[in-house]
Amino acid sequence: MTFSRRAKALFGLGAGIALAFIYAPLIVVLVNSFNVSKVFSWPPRGFTTVWWHKALVNQGVRTAVLTSVKAGLGATAIALLLGSMFSVAVVRYRWFGREALSLVVILPIALPGIVTGIALNSAFRTVLQPLGISFGLFTVVLGHATFCIVVVFNNVAARLRRTGQSLQEASMDLGATTWQTLRFVTFPAVRSALVAGALLSFALSFDEIVVTSFTAGPGIQTLPQWIFNNLFRPNQAPIVNAVAGALIVLFIIPVYLAQRLSEPAGGRI
Amino acid sequence: MTETSTGGKGAPATRRLSAFLYRHDRLRLAGLLTPPILWLVVLYIGSLGVMLVSSLWGVDSFTGSLVKKVSWSNYHTLFTEPVYRTVALRTLGIAISVTLIDLVLALPLAFFISKVVQGRRWRYALLIMVTMPLWASYLVKGYAWRIMFDKGGVIDWMFAPLGLHGPGLGLTATVVALAYLWLPYMVLPIYAGLERLPESLLEASADLGASPLRTLRSVVFPLLVPSVVAGSIFTFSLTLGDYIMVKIVGGTTQMFANIVYDNVGVAGNLPFAAAAAVFPIVVILGYLLAVRRSGALENL
Repeated sequence: MTFSRRAKALFGLGAGIALAFIYAPLIVVLVNSFNVSKVFSWPPRGFTTVWWHKALVNQGVRTAVLTSVKAGLGATAIALLLGSMFSVAVVRYRWFGREALSLVVILPIALPGIVTGIALNSAFRTVLQPLGISFGLFTVVLGHATFCIVVVFNNVAARLRRTGQSLQEASMDLGATTWQTLRFVTFPAVRSALVAGALLSFALSFDEIVVTSFTAGPGIQTLPQWIFNNLFRPNQAPIVNAVAGALIVLFIIPVYLAQRLSEPAGGRI
Repeated sequence: MTETSTGGKGAPATRRLSAFLYRHDRLRLAGLLTPPILWLVVLYIGSLGVMLVSSLWGVDSFTGSLVKKVSWSNYHTLFTEPVYRTVALRTLGIAISVTLIDLVLALPLAFFISKVVQGRRWRYALLIMVTMPLWASYLVKGYAWRIMFDKGGVIDWMFAPLGLHGPGLGLTATVVALAYLWLPYMVLPIYAGLERLPESLLEASADLGASPLRTLRSVVFPLLVPSVVAGSIFTFSLTLGDYIMVKIVGGTTQMFANIVYDNVGVAGNLPFAAAAAVFPIVVILGYLLAVRRSGALENL
């Protein structure tokens, strides 16, 4: 469609406003993390990196980051295994209930986090606690994995649909066993989709707070929980600022990599 | 590829198993399906079931312990107490406002990326710019809007030369922050919808004498409806379930999910919280059923 210069400029302006809306708050947080002032003040009074340093050596922050990394790795590992198995079953086979179950896999992100959280919470209380498994890091991993499966499933299923079945059949015709086909044909074809799914599900888990707050045991504090608990404490504000600034910078890396790995067509969440 | 392919000692067994699995396709399928189904159906759907059942239970008002006796009293309270209706309506209002704001921002943005920008590289770069903040920390984004709206914050500072001040923390801040959080969820389906729109339709419309504006109104927008509905599923569902953002930027404002959360934590009334959690589920499932015919679900 061809537009007049004015129409193009108008669309450009609208897009510009939307992009400014998207990035302005993030830039404000980043700038604010270098603010000299101990209490919140805008505009910043001067430049300092002392809060970044304090955040880096803060024991609470370090423990929380470690907990988040453990939870993220555990959830991602489970999601990779179950998500890729499920995507093969959905894409390569026809079976009764396939449609219904492909909807079920989306439910953990389609329904609000609080519903997933509360459902898992009451299930753990009624089923796991009588078995002697109490709330802790393990229950957090269980909760996170539930919604991370979708991310892996989406990535791998899309890749499987694109690559088709013929390469696997050729491999079997040439005498390869199921394991060899899996290892030398199927796996290389979906490898980058697996990496993208893993990165995104780690990022998702690393940022999760709702399901976490319903499934974490006492003494377990992930980074988002640490931020939330310190958000309303004025004397912690400079360190929260620095942590928030660091998270903005850090998150660009895995997302950029994942975007590069998945297809340029994008569009799928 | 070592001994297995050349026929070493272990080969026949592996090969036989492999061939067996190849011939017994269903067995392979069963092996693939069992673990994820166990997880999704037993753990997740089972948990939802336990929650639904527990919403019919009660809590002993003296000891605070669970009373596993079935009654509708939780639902009765939810329906008859006016405060819950007020909060539910407010939450729906916020969800609708958030959806509309996102729509107004997303349409020009998606259209600009898909139809105005020339060249694949630029288009892709812009798309990444839109999606990147989607993955930035939820809490950091909430915190950002707290800094924006707080007393003496960025918005007050921007309005100061005009002699005005911002609305402060409260309902407005909540709507803006939520619209901000869910904007990429609206942009992406609309962009995908625009990409699927065949160029020939737009050319045909122009050839038949329609102005670009007329083409937008009569050709592009009607075809975008499923994408917009798909986006609104996210903005709606995410807003209905949110209780954290309103705590960060909402001042004393309460949303429906706060009722759920407070009943788990502060009040310790898990059955009542479970009953309250049914409200967003019902609204979202109802919405999903209502829009199923529009073809929006294929656009998710």
